[in-house]
Amino acid sequence: MKRPAAISHTAMALVILLAFAAAGTAQAAGDGEAPHIKRYDWPFAGLAGQYNTQQLQRGFQVYQQVCAACHSLNRVRFRNLTEPGGPQFPVEAVKALAASWPYTIAKKFDTEGKLIERLPTMADPVIGPYKSEEEAREAQNDRVPPDLSLITSARSVENHAPWYLHVPQMAWDIVTGYQEGGADYLTALLTSFKDEPPAGFEVSEGLYYNAVFPGHQLGMPPPLSKDNFIEYQEDAGAKGSFEQNARDVTAFLYWSADPNLDARKRLGWQVLVYLLITTVLLYAVKKHIWGRLKAKPSETESA
Amino acid sequence: MAAHASTYEPKTRFGKWMDDRLPVGRVMHSQFVDFPTPRNLNYLWTFGGILTFFLMAQIVTGIVLAMHYQPNAEMAFDSVERIRRDVNYGWLMRSLHAVGASMFFLAAYIHIFRGLYYGSYKAPREILWIIGVLIFVVMMATAFMGYSLPWGQMSFWAVTVITNLFSSLNSIVEGLGTGIVEWLWGGYSVTGVTLNRFYSLHYLLPFVIAALVGLHIWALHVVGQNSPTGLDVKTRADSVPMHPYATSKDAFAMFVFLILFAWFVFYLPDYLGHADNYTPADPLVTPPHIVPEWYFLPYYAILRAIPSKLFGVIAMFASIGVLLFVPWLDTSSVRSAKYRPLYKWFFWLFVFTCLALGYLGSKPAEGTYVMWARVFTVYYFAHFLIVLPLLGLIETPKKLPASISEAVLTKDKPAVHAAAAKKA
Repeated sequence: MKRPAAISHTAMALVILLAFAAAGTAQAAGDGEAPHIKRYDWPFAGLAGQYNTQQLQRGFQVYQQVCAACHSLNRVRFRNLTEPGGPQFPVEAVKALAASWPYTIAKKFDTEGKLIERLPTMADPVIGPYKSEEEAREAQNDRVPPDLSLITSARSVENHAPWYLHVPQMAWDIVTGYQEGGADYLTALLTSFKDEPPAGFEVSEGLYYNAVFPGHQLGMPPPLSKDNFIEYQEDAGAKGSFEQNARDVTAFLYWSADPNLDARKRLGWQVLVYLLITTVLLYAVKKHIWGRLKAKPSETESA
Repeated sequence: MAAHASTYEPKTRFGKWMDDRLPVGRVMHSQFVDFPTPRNLNYLWTFGGILTFFLMAQIVTGIVLAMHYQPNAEMAFDSVERIRRDVNYGWLMRSLHAVGASMFFLAAYIHIFRGLYYGSYKAPREILWIIGVLIFVVMMATAFMGYSLPWGQMSFWAVTVITNLFSSLNSIVEGLGTGIVEWLWGGYSVTGVTLNRFYSLHYLLPFVIAALVGLHIWALHVVGQNSPTGLDVKTRADSVPMHPYATSKDAFAMFVFLILFAWFVFYLPDYLGHADNYTPADPLVTPPHIVPEWYFLPYYAILRAIPSKLFGVIAMFASIGVLLFVPWLDTSSVRSAKYRPLYKWFFWLFVFTCLALGYLGSKPAEGTYVMWARVFTVYYFAHFLIVLPLLGLIETPKKLPASISEAVLTKDKPAVHAAAAKKA
């Protein structure tokens, strides 16, 4: 019996040795100069998180007055702005909003082959200024401002923990239900423009320095700043500021990417309560049935 | 063992009439009610039932999604978004299906490692094991094609990278690889034509899996289940009827697993996916890191660990193909790792290797990541080709209990065992 024990201990030692050796070198390899991205305390985060209607309304205001100058929101329809789980603007207000939207829809032709331009209705998408990619390129120095409907889902914060903390970090995120990486990134992006890049960093012509953007050079000029932000109305639930604008518009865009979050999380805990109760009952049933074996070990023989 | 006397007695007149003509009830009763299961099965043996559930759930949610999905390069991405936004409970169907695929793989991996730990592949279960490996291969093909359907950036580029692997065959026969790749694509690049055929196959393959699962269960019910002791059922005292014993245990375990499933569906529906897949496919923009879904990461690490493209592809396929030969590579006559003091350690070293390869597969292929991927790739194959054959020869297994019932009863009644030991 001695030899196997010795070998098994060697095997265990090997595992630990490999682990530590990998730790040192993998950490040295690192992930490059990935900037740290702060985790904000979002009202829609976590198990019971829901959107804050007032915040979504403020966020829409920022989108309308700042982002909409260049970016479309094509997967959101005007009617969505009135629906539960969203900004829930009054129907009449949204109808008026659509009817006064600065951009028109031009998809159908008249009998002479000319495009018919019309204003959007409740059923139409929240369109941006450009009717085609070509038009956007022409206006924006050969760059296309992306549609913002899914922007918070299409961005994320990668797990940059050193390898030995990778799994604990994952486990922590799973247990706490952390899925707001895209929101954290977007707020960080909006607030991380720098007028003066760090010494030695050359910013190309027509680009702007941003501390969290990969590569740090962004075609978008700073949309908000400490001197240039949107003031809210008295009853908006918060006072307008640079940071507040960034957080609110992020929350609004998070809703536009994930409009069913409220319903999903509500249904989620109902399903979990059902599953937990049934699981406890099933455990009791199992205990009871298997208990028969202990009471009468010969039961199966006579059966 | 399957050769047990049926206690089935049809109760109704219809039942008796049917039993003389097509005895479905008798077969079901003898295979899923009366069927003797080892009385010492632990919770790792509940994953077969969990996997059957997930296969059915994926088919049901998949059929509903197919009613709304458009397999067209122009419309695919938008149709998935419409499912999320405009179809009633479409967001739920999509989450159940996408997260369901991950849960399916999680359960399959636990099931496979269970088989490796308790030697479930050894005689007479070789065919049972091989069918299982085939199911796994078809599952991977199905999942890969399913991941292409949303036609996001990661879908598109994963298809491009993986189908391009076949071009490595050009180094054997000039033009062979290119020919195969163009045949797979249905053109000279990945296009909507590729998407359309992947959709067709993604709908077909689950039914192939279902047929293979039928064979898997058939083979299982011929040879009977393995058990944590690695012993077969020999007497009635070794077993309990499948119903209500195994069924009640399976139901409880399945609900525990469903809690995990629901947690991801409702609170982390995008956690297991990749953010880049929320950007529509663009053949002109390559994402900075192309990574597959988590369940393919270890094979991806093996692929990239090898400097030659052709040998990388061969190693990746071999890493799954080698499983087919495990029944003959393992030379030990003892099944369960419980009685194999050395194998137990190497088993866990192998599990660690697979997890490490998974981690390395998610990292860029550069510097020390590649070096460690090579180390673990070598060990991955060494485990099967060197460790398993050698261990059987040098290891002294622990003494096996005479039967399952002896193992169970001595555990339940330590006093009896101690008294017996004193007498001796």
